[in-house]
Amino acid sequence: MTRWVLRVVMALGLLFIYVPLLLVLVNSFNGDRTFGWPPHDFTTRWWTAAWNNGGARDALWTSVKAGLGATAIALVLGTMVAFAVQRFKFFGRDTVSLLIVLPIALPGIVTGIALDSAWRSVIEPLGLGKGLFSVIVGHATFCVVTVYNNVLARLRRSGISLEEASADLGARPGQTFRYITFPMIRSALLAGGLLAFALSFDEIIVTTFTAGPGIQTLPIWIFNNLFRPNQAPVVNVVAAVLIVLSVLPVWLAQRVAGPEAGASRT
Amino acid sequence: MRHRTLTTILAAGVLVLAGCGGGGDDSSSGGGPGGLSVPKIDKLASLGAGEGTVNIIAWAGYVEDGSTDPKVDWVSDFEKETGCQVNTKVAGTSDEMVTLMKTGEYDVVSASGDASLRLIYGGDVAPVNTDLIKNYADVFDGLKDKAWNSVNNQPYGVPHGRGANLLMYRTDTVKPAPTSWSAVFDANSPYKGKITAYDSPIYIADAALYLMKTKPDLGIKNPYALDDTQFKAATDLLTEQNKLIGEYWSDYTKEVQAFKSGDSVLGTTWQVIANLAAADKAPVEAILPSEGATGWSDTWMISSKAKHPNCGYLWMNHIISPKANAGVAEWFGEAPANKLSCAETADKNHCKTFHAEDEAYFSNVWYWTTPLAQCVDGRTDVTCKDYAAWTQAWTTIKG
Amino acid sequence: MDPGVDNDQGLGGRRRWQLAALLSAPMLWLGVAYLGALAVLLVSAFWTVNGFTGEVVREFSLQNFRTIATEEVYRNVTLRSVGVAVAVTVICVVLALPMAFYMAKVASPRTRGWLVIAILTPLWASYLVKAYAWRVLLANDGPLDSVIGTPGYGLVAVVIVLTYLWLPYMILPIYAGLERLPDSLLEASADLGARGGRTFRGVVLPILIPSIFAGSIFTFSLSLGDYITVQIVGGKSQLIGNLVYANVGAANNLPFAAAIACVPVIIMVVYLTAVRRSGALEEL
Repeated sequence: MTRWVLRVVMALGLLFIYVPLLLVLVNSFNGDRTFGWPPHDFTTRWWTAAWNNGGARDALWTSVKAGLGATAIALVLGTMVAFAVQRFKFFGRDTVSLLIVLPIALPGIVTGIALDSAWRSVIEPLGLGKGLFSVIVGHATFCVVTVYNNVLARLRRSGISLEEASADLGARPGQTFRYITFPMIRSALLAGGLLAFALSFDEIIVTTFTAGPGIQTLPIWIFNNLFRPNQAPVVNVVAAVLIVLSVLPVWLAQRVAGPEAGASRT
Repeated sequence: MRHRTLTTILAAGVLVLAGCGGGGDDSSSGGGPGGLSVPKIDKLASLGAGEGTVNIIAWAGYVEDGSTDPKVDWVSDFEKETGCQVNTKVAGTSDEMVTLMKTGEYDVVSASGDASLRLIYGGDVAPVNTDLIKNYADVFDGLKDKAWNSVNNQPYGVPHGRGANLLMYRTDTVKPAPTSWSAVFDANSPYKGKITAYDSPIYIADAALYLMKTKPDLGIKNPYALDDTQFKAATDLLTEQNKLIGEYWSDYTKEVQAFKSGDSVLGTTWQVIANLAAADKAPVEAILPSEGATGWSDTWMISSKAKHPNCGYLWMNHIISPKANAGVAEWFGEAPANKLSCAETADKNHCKTFHAEDEAYFSNVWYWTTPLAQCVDGRTDVTCKDYAAWTQAWTTIKG
Repeated sequence: MDPGVDNDQGLGGRRRWQLAALLSAPMLWLGVAYLGALAVLLVSAFWTVNGFTGEVVREFSLQNFRTIATEEVYRNVTLRSVGVAVAVTVICVVLALPMAFYMAKVASPRTRGWLVIAILTPLWASYLVKAYAWRVLLANDGPLDSVIGTPGYGLVAVVIVLTYLWLPYMILPIYAGLERLPDSLLEASADLGARGGRTFRGVVLPILIPSIFAGSIFTFSLSLGDYITVQIVGGKSQLIGNLVYANVGAANNLPFAAAIACVPVIIMVVYLTAVRRSGALEEL
């Protein structure tokens, strides 16, 4: 009985999640320029237009670069903090997790204007204007938390006996890290990194405030184009493609790291 | 303990950075309210060689390099001819443009009238030496030396195009066809909940324009110069109107879609939106009501802190050249600024549809102008409400 | 006590260097740069803007806060925003609990993998595109109207769309929490005669509290700061994010925007300090 109810709720939940996505797909073939319903004619011209749209490709590439940059920084910083918190006891340790969560817990617009005005008054006078780099910095700030939490949880569960054993057997610290510690946290890094990348990839508010001239990530491109009637259907195509493509990294992560990695911790 | 550590960190952060906070934006001078003077900034005396780059803030669709649609491109040729690489930042609102221009990162901006005076008095843009812009001679006279683009006969930019904020309605539901703005302010409107209005503080001017014609006692001479009483009358009217509103619109996909689905049946619009809705077979009509209308005319302005002034001037000349100007006007959907552009549009009816050459039509249009404390209608015995006051009032109107 | 923690009160010299090496970069980034940027923003809330030139006047003034405290509209908007955020969070919890439970405890391991993918995939579709899809769905005579009716554009629509957007962020931590929950515990409870509902309330829910709070940090804060969805489906309503956004640009009033921004910042900091006791911050 309970199972049956759960199954129905799950099905309804998936319906709720996928109906709008289906609509995006349907509308990418809708001849109407502003998503009129019902669709009055079928066309593939938006797909052709999207294919020829250099702006979308450039924006996608910018987003990938920003996402990779932010993820790389988040991986390094998040792992460092996780190790510090898990392996050491120090004054203010309890506050660290709060500090790490803060950038994602505060509204994006607050983080956005704070970073923007700080960048302009502190970093720009040093000669480094806003550009792709400032976007990466902004994204990395709120991405650290995903890596931190994944690695911390893993460290907590695994303990240090293996590493101690490795050291006792005469391995140098570098060797211990390479052969014991890193494999231990690898899937946690993957899960955290994947979520960090996803967060960065769809971020729009912080990006609006931190992007320099000429820098257009995919969400910004979408934002600019959605509000142009000639372009809105092309945006649907891009979104549809993204949905389909996104199955790939998620699936890969599942393969590499087991079902836990794709999901485990947000 | 836990709580104290957080406070300690926060406090330490304040101490460390409070010292670094300064030094951001104290570049240009400016008098306080009352002493309205334009910051003294020199205009470019002669055109030198291009600097290789130009950073532009523009409305979506103003700077197209073929990346959206290979056929829509008036940037690549410019880049080839001048060697100026074009970097564009698309702004969503006039307010955003002003904020971005204050950063000093950008050379030119396509400012609407609700931004241009703020930029001029803020010292963010420089006067323009029109002798260095060959195509300026061909701009419609109706657009030159206007309150929103010039001060004391000194142009602060080159006009780009213009349009009016029209009244659009669905012909199948709204009967009889409206001829006056009273349709959107009527407290007993049968279309309650399906009326739409432009989502910006500048929309207060639409109410003021209506009051200017219907309540002459208020003595409104210019919808952008409102003293306390006039301002209160306008905001009261809008607070009443809020009960009729279904939604406010700011982007045109939203507006077209709402009119097509029937979520909105009556309200302000732009010509281009009306055209698009009609092209998608929505039964809509857009009119210039008997009271006239507000409207906009964009101006390309050059930053007072431009790092690439020569490329900036080259761009301003290029964007109002007949071909480029025609391209933008058609792509964006507005009346071009250059007289010669009408011969260059792909749709030969474009200038007619958008009333480009119809000065009588545009004589009924009050173009967006930044409200200042010093009344822009020339009154000196009262203080007017400035744009900051308009903004806060708009928040209150929406509730 | 956590396994693997160095419990010596005084850290040895070498350990101390290791700790410094690990912490310095992250703390410089988040503790100094990020908190510093926030602090400067909050300090600027005490400044004002010259109405003519838009230049910031760096003199201490409580004017901004006085406006926010006295004008009714700011109180209304704050209450409305918190109401929306709470509604979204509660609905997300109600939807996420059974879904996550099904994924973690009922579905076969193979199905489980696919379900996780199915929940994660929508995160990659653009936020804006999804919000616009909902605008179409909720339209008059739109696809929903003909099937089950539509509430039209307004606050209800905002709650629906925000729930839609943030639901995966609630499902994932709850799912992770359930996965760690040993099946034996459920069986024990059932063996002791507890019915499904009782087991859930008595055994599962208490263990899941940190995960639920973790998810709620996302759903609550993301809803509290949102200003785009409400523009797309909110009809004529505005939330606190809209006010901040309007004032950042409008008359370039950064100080006033900063003052308004203090409201969600305070709400979030209070919320975070309240839920961290449950261990929620480690569950994100």
